[in-house]
Formats: sequence, structure tokens, C-alpha cells
Amino acid sequence: MAIIEVVGGLPPSKYAELGLGRDKLLRMLRKMVEIRLFEERVERLFFEGKITGPSHLYLGEEAIAVGVAEALAESDVVVSTYRGHGHAIARNVPMVAVLAEIMGKATGTCKGLGGSMHAAISVEHGIPVATAIVGSGIPIAVGMGLAVKQLGEKRVIVAFFGDGAVNTGAFHEGLNLAAIWRIPTLFVCENNQYAEFTPITKTFAGESIAARAACYGIPSYRVDGNDVIAVYSTTMKIVEKLRRGDGPAFMECITYRKKGHGVYDTAWYRPREEVEEWMRRDPIERFGNNLKELGIVDDGLLKSIEAEVEAELDKVVEEAMNAPILPFEQLKQFIYST
Amino acid sequence: MERELSFAEALNEALREEMRRDERVIIFGEDVAVAGGVYKVTKGLLEEFGPNRVIDTPISEAAIVGAAVGAALMGLRPVAEIMYMDFLTIATDQLVTHAAKLRFMSGGQLKVPLVVRTQYSLGRVHGSQHSQFYPAWFLQSPGLKVVLPATPRDAKGLLKSAIRDDDPVLFVECGLLYHRYKENVPEEEYLIPLGKADVKRRGNDVTVVAVSRVVREALEAAQRLDERGISVEVIDLMTAQPMDSETIINSVKKTNRLVIAEDSVKTGGLSAEIAARVAEEALEYLDSPIVRLNSPDMPVPFSAKLEQEYMVNADKIVDAVSKLVG
Repeated sequence: MAIIEVVGGLPPSKYAELGLGRDKLLRMLRKMVEIRLFEERVERLFFEGKITGPSHLYLGEEAIAVGVAEALAESDVVVSTYRGHGHAIARNVPMVAVLAEIMGKATGTCKGLGGSMHAAISVEHGIPVATAIVGSGIPIAVGMGLAVKQLGEKRVIVAFFGDGAVNTGAFHEGLNLAAIWRIPTLFVCENNQYAEFTPITKTFAGESIAARAACYGIPSYRVDGNDVIAVYSTTMKIVEKLRRGDGPAFMECITYRKKGHGVYDTAWYRPREEVEEWMRRDPIERFGNNLKELGIVDDGLLKSIEAEVEAELDKVVEEAMNAPILPFEQLKQFIYST
Repeated sequence: MERELSFAEALNEALREEMRRDERVIIFGEDVAVAGGVYKVTKGLLEEFGPNRVIDTPISEAAIVGAAVGAALMGLRPVAEIMYMDFLTIATDQLVTHAAKLRFMSGGQLKVPLVVRTQYSLGRVHGSQHSQFYPAWFLQSPGLKVVLPATPRDAKGLLKSAIRDDDPVLFVECGLLYHRYKENVPEEEYLIPLGKADVKRRGNDVTVVAVSRVVREALEAAQRLDERGISVEVIDLMTAQPMDSETIINSVKKTNRLVIAEDSVKTGGLSAEIAARVAEEALEYLDSPIVRLNSPDMPVPFSAKLEQEYMVNADKIVDAVSKLVG
């Protein structure tokens, strides 16, 4: 069995050793705030009746998308999921394109043909896939890894999925094949403790998700998913190995959904003490406090970052609301290439 | 120049030519490399193209087709093999929910140029779980192309087109025909376009639309009927999705009678869709009701004798046409 490394919260005093300067740290904070406030807008718009259909919010998991994305090169490729708004924003997909997609508008990432669950798809930003079938992105990411290896490219593939995915056949078939083919794919499990409404304690057998992945001979890491720097530094280390051709790797990021499975879900099934405990580990608050400790931010700066993002979001919402919807007659061209 | 090739040899040549032509073409599946495929369709390809392009996989159908989707998205042109069509059910999510839809739901950002080759073994005494013929299911997945070659010559030309096509193609072969007979296959390069039916025999009295294995049965029936003075036009559907209704309807307008013969079970099979289209667009040209010859609505029985009774054959086609004309 491969080594399982556990990466806990990193003290801010270590940031300099990782070569993380002020600009990079501020950028990461800003991205996390963008995701948080974006998702809060989506939630509000849903309850105002301005968004229809399911939206699965990334609230509480911001550190994972940002930590991973900041460790990747632009040419690297991400396979996202139906909980993908955060992945898109972390990879610099314009928020207005993501929101327009969630609203089904022609200016959305997928011209309004994908919706919230596929809003992250943006080939231009290295996200060709965001799947709405739990676990299905895993074999696809394996094939992508095969392709970049075959084509002699130095790119790496990152596949995101939740803890629910690890009980699907696609997970097992995909991980096994990845290990046999020694492809440059990083599997990132966002373990938010719940598969839809059911807690992981009732769905998962075995020691841990990382340990399960390690059974396939894949080096596996268990990371504090609410610590953006722990995610970032682990991803950096893994990506370097992937580019060297060391074969696939696995990272289980322990986190918690701030809200329900979808925007409609009040998460009534979660014990109050559990929720309160996790709210104390809010990834943005923690990172903000760490940056305060380093003297990089203060309350004033934090407030102004939030205000800036809110102002940007005001414009984003207005633009997306006013965007047109594709005429039905134009849909046929997207069914077949030839 | 012409020489005789079996169905399996013709497919092998198509793969070989396309792999020589385009190094992005790769093959993977169960036992396709070292063993050259359980039916020898991929024989010798590992030796010519090496282990990076001809790859044996574990028995993991979902991962095989899923990996084909991923590889296609990243610039390769994978040809994945699913050994029996029965095993495709395990990989259907990847084919139907991903491959078929990614172009559409990404607003045209993506293309998925993959081929999934599979075969059905009806008529080979393989029992209920190794003989199923399910192409009709995939008619419910626009975005996917479904190709069903009936002859060695067509198999080669259609497979080459499928590999060059930018859309996902489900390529359904007939296992019974792989080594059954040989026919003339041109040595020089040729392609047969997807999405077109082929008039295999001209006739005036009755149109028989047949698919895959049954095309040969229909041609034999037409020959026998011809001796009795009945002129049958035989149309080979070749591509089920997108379906070439035009060729069928034009024929019906001429013959005014239609028999559809194919291996799906009757309810919801390919024949149902063909009949519906003709009823919709050419009902007034029909002199008699459409006749459908299918497998009955039951699982494939094992015993060779029972399986033969279960299957559509030339005798059944002769009977049906005779009744129609008589």
C-alpha cells in the first residue's frame, strides 16, 4: 500500500518557506471571497425566483478549488462536477459567464445549454468537463491523462468529485485503470461529509477515502480542506511528481458544506453541534486571520475586498439578467459536428 | 484490385489503415492487444503499432468508454472495444450521458471523436446474456451515431468513416458474420459515408429494409422470390442514427409495400422507428400494412434449435413477402 500523508492546517509562519508572497496570498483570499459571495448571490437569486433549476453551492469548500487552481499551470486541465461554480471562478472563468449559464442565457459558458451543473465547462479556461452524474468524471479524467501522456504533453489532469463518488463503480474502475496506465491525473475528493442528505458514516466502509485510494497503489494524501495553503502546498508537491511521470495521485480534502446539497435543501438532517463546530473552521475566516497574523491584511482591507467583490457582483447580476436566451432554432447545430 | 476478405479481416484492415494514416488513433479494450481480440479483429495491430497505441484493459467497461471520452476530448481518436454488446450496458452512462451530449450541452465547445466497437452474438448459441441486440435504445440519444455494417466491404468503409468522424459513433458488428464468408473488398482506399442507407438490390414489387445480419437473409429471400417472379428491393439501413428515411421512403413510393426485417425484439426496436417514419411521411403510398419481422419479445433462448426459431431468416422473409404480394 502506498504511503498516506496527512497534511493538517499549516501555521502562517510556514507560508514564506512555500515561496508565497503577499500578492499571491491576497489573490487567493480574493478568489475565495469571490466564490463565497458569488454563491451567496446565487442562493439569493434562487429564492427571489430569478434562477430556476438545481444549483449546488460551493459554500464552505472554497479553499479546495482555490488551493488546487493556484497550484496549476494554465495549460493544465480540470474535470469539474455539478458543484462546480467554485472550480470555474478559481480557474478565472468570468463570473458573469458562470452566472449567465446558471440563468440559461446565451452569454453563459455553455450558451445556456448546460445550466448550473455544467456552468464550469469552459475549454478556454481548461475545464472541458463538468459532470452531473456522480463519479462519472473519474474515468473521463483517466482518458484525458492517457491522451496527454500519449501526446507527450507536460500537462496534468485534475478530477474533482465528492465523497459520494467513491462508492460508484466508476471510481473503482477509473482509479485502477489510472494506476495501471500511470497517467498524470490528480484525483481530488472533496469530502464534505454528506452524499446528498446521508452522512458519510452511513455510506462509507473502511478507514478513510484516502486509504481506499491507496489500495490501488496510488499515493494518497489526506488534507485539511478548509486550509487553502495546506491544499495548495500538497497540490504543488503532487503536480511536480505528476509532471515527472510518477503516475496518478489522490488527495482527500476534508471539508464541510456550509449549506444543503442543493440550494433548495435546508440541510435539516445535520446535527446542530456538528454544524456549529464546522462553522468555526470557516476556510475564509481562518485564512483571513492567518493573513492578519502576518500583517498582510487588516479588518479594513478585508472589508474593502468584500465591498469590491459585491460591487462587481452587482454588475455581474445585472448583465446576466439582461442577457438574451438562444433562439430555439439555433440549437440543432450543437447536436452533431458533421 | 479486388480480393476476398472476411468481415473480421476487413475491419482489421480498416483499423490498420486508419492507424497508419493518423497517429492519434488508438485502440483499447479487453484482450485487444496481445490476443488480437477474441474474434481476431485487432490481430497484429499491437505488433505494428506498439503497446502505446494498442492497449489491453481490465474488465472495466465503464472505465473503457469513459477513458475513450476523455481521450477524445484531449485530441486523440480512440477506438474502444466492448467485447459483447451485452457488456455495453455497464458503460452506457459514458456513451449516452457524456459522449452523446457533451458537444450540445457545452454549447458547441467540445467534440468527442470516438468510436465504440462492439458486436452482438445472436445465432452463436451464447444464451440470453451474450446475444442481445440493442441499437434501438441508442436512438434515444441524439448526438450519438449508430452504425450497423452488414457486409465485409461496408464494414471497412464505414469503420474508416466512423474513425474520421468528429462525433461519437457506436459501431455494432455482427459476431456471427466475422468469419462466416469472404467477399470482394477493394484494395484501394474507399470510404462509405455515415447516415446513408444502401440499396443492395433493386426491385419493384416490395421494399425490404434489413439491418446487419439480416441483410444477407433478405438478399437470399429476394433471390428466391425473384425466381417466382416477385421483384424485391433490399435496403440495408447501415446507419440507424441519424436515420436515412429518404432512401426508404423513396423506395416505398415506388414499390408501395414495406417489410422490415431486423434482429431487435419487436417492441420498440429499429423496425418500430422505421415503420413510424414511413407511416408519417408515406402512408398514402402504401397498398398494404407494413410488415415487421423481428425477434419476439422474449430473451434469447439458449438451445440452438430454439435460437434458430427465434431469429428472423430468409424463409420468414419469403413467407411475409409472398403473403403481401399474393
